[in-house]
Amino acid sequence: MATITTAQIIKAILETLQMVSISLLLGALGGIPLGVLLVLTKAGGIRKNTFMFRSLNNLVNIVRSLPFIILLVAIVPFTKLIVGTSIGTKAAIVPLIIYIIPFIARLVENSLLEVNQGIIEAAQAMGATTIQIIRYFLLPEALGSIILSLTTATIGLIGATAMAGTIGGGGIGDIAISYGYQRFNTEVIVFTVFILIIFVQCIQNFGNHLAQKARRH
Amino acid sequence: MIELKNIQKIFYKNSSEIQALKNINLKINEGDIFGVIGFSGAGKSTLIRMVNYLEQPTFGEVIVNDQNLSNLSPQKLRLLRKQIGMIFQHFNLLESKTVFENVSIPLLLEGTDKNTIYTRITELLNFVGLASKADAYPDELSGGQKQRVGIARALATNPFILLCDEATSALDPQTTGSILQLLKEINKKYKITILIITHEMNVIREICNRVAVMEKGEIIEEGSLLDIFENPQQQTTKNFIRTIVHDEIPPVILNTLDFSNKNKLVLKLKFIGENSQQALLSEACYQYSVQPNILFANVTELQGDILGHLTVELNGTPENIEKTHQYLLQKNVGIEVVENGNHNNCTNNQSDS
Repeated sequence: MATITTAQIIKAILETLQMVSISLLLGALGGIPLGVLLVLTKAGGIRKNTFMFRSLNNLVNIVRSLPFIILLVAIVPFTKLIVGTSIGTKAAIVPLIIYIIPFIARLVENSLLEVNQGIIEAAQAMGATTIQIIRYFLLPEALGSIILSLTTATIGLIGATAMAGTIGGGGIGDIAISYGYQRFNTEVIVFTVFILIIFVQCIQNFGNHLAQKARRH
Repeated sequence: MIELKNIQKIFYKNSSEIQALKNINLKINEGDIFGVIGFSGAGKSTLIRMVNYLEQPTFGEVIVNDQNLSNLSPQKLRLLRKQIGMIFQHFNLLESKTVFENVSIPLLLEGTDKNTIYTRITELLNFVGLASKADAYPDELSGGQKQRVGIARALATNPFILLCDEATSALDPQTTGSILQLLKEINKKYKITILIITHEMNVIREICNRVAVMEKGEIIEEGSLLDIFENPQQQTTKNFIRTIVHDEIPPVILNTLDFSNKNKLVLKLKFIGENSQQALLSEACYQYSVQPNILFANVTELQGDILGHLTVELNGTPENIEKTHQYLLQKNVGIEVVENGNHNNCTNNQSDS
């Protein structure tokens, strides 16, 4: 490759992996409970709460309306407060998490809504508490679908990391943009896109495999 | 054991009111297999959900085991629900769990230890005949097997009441029969009171000892199995009975009858219990020299009792025919005179067996 070194590529791959895995983990920790809350408080949910549902629903919609690049810049002061810096890989992770939480929440909400209502009714007839309904009925039944949702979210994150370059986040996407696109280097673009394709293929296949297993346990 | 007092249920939808239950009064005694029959939309599903408070009445009281459900705290209500098993038309099993795991869920919720769960679930799966399917997933089972899993799950916590919400409606007739026999066995062996809602009269005939008929949110008729079959009052009840007990004269035969002939009389006779085993008709005809011509006959078994329908054409002099008619009336046989193809209900239909 004319303009980039192997070391640069490896570093970029590691940066992408770091950004995606940390923000996926923390995003899931925030997004899954949020999705559960949306389903519980919705009209017809087992803990119907119109005020709470509307508040959460609007919040999710507002954050999801923001283009990632805008979000990235808009929350710089917040990012600085959390990680102490507003540039670099660490700084990119904060907006990535903020970006992915409502996305995951929405996908998880859809997954949970697919669970047969009769199962929830059976759970209530057994005298299950709300927590037990979530733990023993909702989540296990929706697990396969939730895994596929997280797979989709992961791939969405890879796309978003490309823009993390704006604040010096690094990663494969950043190389594609700054070395390939901005310097008209078709070779670099093709190469980095090829790496991204392999990433996405692997993640999707892995997700499908896990989801398949989850449907049977 | 279960008492519903002046229950009303109103659903509010887009500012319009739908009255699902109107002034329901019902008492279910310990050991009953109580059947509620009605067409879809009659309010049966809402009614059965009153008993475990999945639906709460707008007005009225639900009393289960001397406890008024409206006074129970959420915790107490959950405890009570563990003592009320429920099975569903569409089984409502967890697709991601094995048969064994599905049945053990009610015990997991109670925090029962693993060994106790294993013993109890093995015993239950043996009872419902699914011991060999413990590790199968619901999508590998037939409808009947799924319902057996549902039954085992409902029994896991040793309930005293079993609610059956259209439990056989998704099953074929043969499977329905075997599930009904299983329910009957549960009632006898474990002394569990059963409340069944259904739109199938054969479910009522096979296992229920008491019956209520629902229409448009009301109970229009209630009684013992024999009462209802023997002497239905409401048209809807009669229609339901007609779905399994045929007492209509086939039109082909009806067309050949001469109703203007005074020497002939067509009677529809209903025999119940003892009467069904005596040769009443031949006795009467012999005594009054009347010739019977049997047009249609049908015998239905009602859990050990016999309900017979017989349509005969009596041939003889008008006086003798009248005497025969009177004789049969005295013997407590339900009689309808058939005139011009219409059944004229002109008798004591109150025959006791």
